[in-house]
Amino acid sequence: MADIISEYEDRLPAKIIGEVKDSIPKGVSDTKLKKIMEATCEEYNTAKVTPGEAVGLIAAESIGEPGTQMTLNTFHFAGVAEMNVTLGLPRIIEILDGRKELDNPMMEIYLKKPYASGKKLEDLRHLALQIKETRLTDISTELSINIADFTIEVKLDKDKMKELELTNAKVIDAISKQIKGYNIRDGKDSLIFKARSKEDTFNDAYKIKEKIKSATIKGIKGILQVMPVKREEEFVIITAGSNLADVLQLEEVDAYRTSTNNIFEIEQVLGIEAARQAIINEIFKVIESQGLNVDVRHIMLVSDTMCVSGTLKGITRYGVVSDKSSVLARASFETPIKHIINAALVGEVDNLNSVVENVMINQHIPIGTGLPSLTVKPQKAAKEK
Amino acid sequence: MAEVYLNSKFVGNVDNPIELVQKIRDERRKGLITDNLNVYYHEKANEVQLESSKGRARRPLIIVKDGVPLLTEKHIKQLEKNEISWSDLIKQGIIEYLDAAEEENALIAFFENELAPENTHLEITPLAMLGYCTSLVPYGNFNQSTRLNAGSKNQKQALGFYASNFAVRMDMDVNLFHYPQRPLVNTIMHDTSNYDKHPAGQNLVVAIMSYKGYNMEDAIVLNKGSIERGFGRSTYYRPAIAEELRYAGGLVDQVCIPDKDVKGYKTEKDYRFLEDDGIIYPEAKVREGDVVIGKTSPPRFLSSMEEYSLASSTRRESSINLKHGEEGVVDFILLTENEEGNKLIQVRIRDGRVPEIGDKFTSRHGQKGIVGLIVPQSDMPFSASGIVPDLIFSPHGIPSRMTISHLIEMIAGKVGALAGRYINGTTFDAEPEERLRKELLSLGFRESGVETMYNGQTGEQYTAKIFIGDMYYLKLKHMVANKIHSRARGPIQLLTRQPTEGRAKEGGLRLGEMEKDTFVAHGASLLLKERFDSDRTIVPVCESCGIIAIRDNYRNKSYCPVCGENVTIDDIEISYAFKLMLDEFKSLGIYPKLQLESKY
Repeated sequence: MADIISEYEDRLPAKIIGEVKDSIPKGVSDTKLKKIMEATCEEYNTAKVTPGEAVGLIAAESIGEPGTQMTLNTFHFAGVAEMNVTLGLPRIIEILDGRKELDNPMMEIYLKKPYASGKKLEDLRHLALQIKETRLTDISTELSINIADFTIEVKLDKDKMKELELTNAKVIDAISKQIKGYNIRDGKDSLIFKARSKEDTFNDAYKIKEKIKSATIKGIKGILQVMPVKREEEFVIITAGSNLADVLQLEEVDAYRTSTNNIFEIEQVLGIEAARQAIINEIFKVIESQGLNVDVRHIMLVSDTMCVSGTLKGITRYGVVSDKSSVLARASFETPIKHIINAALVGEVDNLNSVVENVMINQHIPIGTGLPSLTVKPQKAAKEK
Repeated sequence: MAEVYLNSKFVGNVDNPIELVQKIRDERRKGLITDNLNVYYHEKANEVQLESSKGRARRPLIIVKDGVPLLTEKHIKQLEKNEISWSDLIKQGIIEYLDAAEEENALIAFFENELAPENTHLEITPLAMLGYCTSLVPYGNFNQSTRLNAGSKNQKQALGFYASNFAVRMDMDVNLFHYPQRPLVNTIMHDTSNYDKHPAGQNLVVAIMSYKGYNMEDAIVLNKGSIERGFGRSTYYRPAIAEELRYAGGLVDQVCIPDKDVKGYKTEKDYRFLEDDGIIYPEAKVREGDVVIGKTSPPRFLSSMEEYSLASSTRRESSINLKHGEEGVVDFILLTENEEGNKLIQVRIRDGRVPEIGDKFTSRHGQKGIVGLIVPQSDMPFSASGIVPDLIFSPHGIPSRMTISHLIEMIAGKVGALAGRYINGTTFDAEPEERLRKELLSLGFRESGVETMYNGQTGEQYTAKIFIGDMYYLKLKHMVANKIHSRARGPIQLLTRQPTEGRAKEGGLRLGEMEKDTFVAHGASLLLKERFDSDRTIVPVCESCGIIAIRDNYRNKSYCPVCGENVTIDDIEISYAFKLMLDEFKSLGIYPKLQLESKY
């Protein structure tokens, strides 16, 4: 049996052979197995894209048409805390544009075994606090500048600090790492900042005040909200705000499953292949949430085009379109004057190899029936004779 | 202490605001202050607002004192005898106009029998909440509001008897409806607006059933016999206008039959209807291209040679002729002068319009539809009593739209036609449906309005009983004759050599960007090329410099403006728009060099 199947290894991909192996009943006769394999081959070949098929355009139409039916809504996350999620068309545009700053960055943090069970809720809470970014403003009640000696006094909210498991020493330690050139004095209920240099002016004090306000005391920068959610048997922490690199550093976090919706961040931290898969997942999630049905392979093609160059590129005139080799094709998308003038300056040559250019000059487009051409050049052949 | 504002400006304080407001109202009702003033006491803000500015929506109401309306039977009798008028009632303080603010201080009763001692006003009629066109919809209170909106919107587009002096008017683009009738099912608004002096529709026998799918998707099926008897006919009037303009240098246009040597002379046949004065004669049957007013204009640019010779050979033809797709009969000619004293000629052309497939008709309930088929009377279904419907309406138009008034009008119309009387279908105040049904029963018909019907072609009885009745139908101004358009070859634009756009210019239908994409997606490369062939050109290109060369047909030679004659020049096929783009590049100082290569 195994040798009959192995005969087909060059005609079928390994995944399909595996599927066939798993599904055929035991004790099939060799002739029957051969028939099954032949039928599989035939089915596989009809499912393949024919040469010259306009896959890109079909993908565009297949995503674009259901896109017209999408509602333009961003709705709230189904949970206790108010958390905004961009969904629908705005989210798709966000992904395809390859934006670096998202409207609503989010993370899903999976935890390693002992923490995920949620048996020790105290641990979970502790972890959540460790992730959420706490700034000095969050634990202070008042912030004032003493004009006489240019000192800044921050009154601390002791109750909040207790809740967040903070002590004055910890706070001072965290701030002194971020704000240089200032001495911090512990005044029990308050912290007093004084400049080391003597030429400090009122203006400087004012500037540093803003810095002090936003100094991170605890947690991971960029994570604005945390929300532990029970998902099936385990607890997952969902956050508003994203910082994949720092979250993965945490010991309790399951780095294999933790992810963010910020694709650019994924590319930076995990590499381009991860970004490719993230694009597919994110787009598919939106389309599914709208109750639409688009074949993943269209989305995969889009994702592939965004990632082929090795870096993440949006489908914009600065991204994928700027990589097109044809001047006319680029000019026909957006900002034609810019492209024509730049092409004229360097004397670019357009070989008219693609679709748009040939539509413009009214020639056969090299797609479908227009693709086949003669491989033998009759004039050349005649000369050689 | 309350603050008093006049037109939103503070004017002072008052100790007893309620007394002030009451006093102003009393004085207004007595006619001592203008009836344009409205006063409103805002209790929470403790302020009095007086309004006399323009732009407020106000409505009339009957004043009620101690639960008794001031308008009595006596007044109504006087009104009927024309002894007093509406303005007298206002002067007497019986009726007053309230604006939105003053309404807040009023308690308005809908009907007289609902009056309570606290009421301050009584509604004249609930119909007053509707506008003119909406109150023309019978039994409107049985409908969804959106249908009433649609119904009144449709009525505005109906053809009718728009002016009784139409014969001597010179209107642009008007329609005149033939044999208009007064609706069998009326509303009060039909009486008050003298609707029977300018009616806009006809009463038809309507059956609700399907007819071989020709009334799918809101289409309607018409009886050919009804059309031959005069249903839905109209006349379309369109004027042709010419002016004798004056130009600099004392030159003028001239209305005349153009000489044969005039620039742009058409053919003799085109001028055949013109009389000696250059104007067509009445009752001439004209078709597209025929000249209606002959006219010549002086040359556009005077060269020194031509300046003194005013020979006809230098003049240009500028006659007014019928545009593409137009035809009709010359109806009426008007000779006059315009504000500058120039001679002005207007010719009115009339064209009869018989209903045809594609014309738009509507009932008064937002149930518009397009004629899908015109059936000979012999093939139309008929009832046991031999009644043949004029129009067949599809039952699928009813459930989703919920136009109950449409169904009630059919029953009311049927009763009206059988009993020989007009039915009052005023919204909120109509003859009740049950009474109509009982009367229908007493007239020997089924109470439900359904009848046994027979297939007109086979004579077989239909299994289902068909709902049939009379209703008022309107012909809308959208007629296929004004919209039909097709093109195979035709005019092109000068700049791009692509087909013109729009019906008036006999233009093509654009195969746009997204349509193009569908061809690409199918891989139909050669079909796509053929579709976009409309502006294809063959241009000579110089092989050495790659710039478009010049073809000299006299010498049967091509030469390059840059490299001269001793170069190879090849003819290539491109779209003219692309050639134009290359020219524009050149004008920008960009050198678009074409590198030629044999494809084979």
